[in-house]
Amino acid sequence: MIKILFFARLREELGMAELSQAFQGSVAELKNLLIAQGGNWQVLAGENIVCAINQAVAKDSQLITNGDEVAFYPPVTGG
Amino acid sequence: MYSQVSVQADDFDIAKECAALRKQDGGIGAIAQFVGVMRNSNDGDPVLAMELEHYPGMTEKAISEIIDLAAQRWDLCSVRVIHRIGKLLPGEQIVFVAACSRHRGEAFQACEFIMDFLKSRAPFWKKETLADGSSRWVDARSSDTEALERWQ
Repeated sequence: MIKILFFARLREELGMAELSQAFQGSVAELKNLLIAQGGNWQVLAGENIVCAINQAVAKDSQLITNGDEVAFYPPVTGG
Repeated sequence: MYSQVSVQADDFDIAKECAALRKQDGGIGAIAQFVGVMRNSNDGDPVLAMELEHYPGMTEKAISEIIDLAAQRWDLCSVRVIHRIGKLLPGEQIVFVAACSRHRGEAFQACEFIMDFLKSRAPFWKKETLADGSSRWVDARSSDTEALERWQ
């Protein structure tokens, strides 16, 4: 199982902060799998959506393995 | 090099933070400090309040990595970063960065570098409440990306 977290605008639009599911593959594959569920999941297709694996920013090609913490979030606006 | 990062709901006292840094290392000759403050307007609209969300765990990690990058570039004695989360009102302090070095040049540059990177890399998000009671997420600014590019 992997843990998937959503933050800020994404969390609100998806109506959830966290999701657990079995998955193995790349960031791009996970995104496509989630987007294929239809409805609001389309928000993950946004060009500027950031993905982090185990709290480090990840590229679309990076592999996710069992036990990883994956997060999707919009561009950051702190400071 | 000594560094400390805090992500907290509580306000902070700049004088206390500065005193602690001076006491911690007698070799410090310069402290450059930056304080980010909540504005009462954004994109032409009055803003009544702001809610700051973050990614617990990653936030602290991301800021520590930024401090490490600064320490590789300049000869620093210490760095202190405080970032607030939760509800904030106009005029309140949001973020504090202090960079300490033996001489001022390094402290000035490191302070600005850390702020520029924090703006584009640390996972914080602002949601503002407008005068009519509606709320909106703040969009990232391209000027923040440009600020980062000059350090490449």
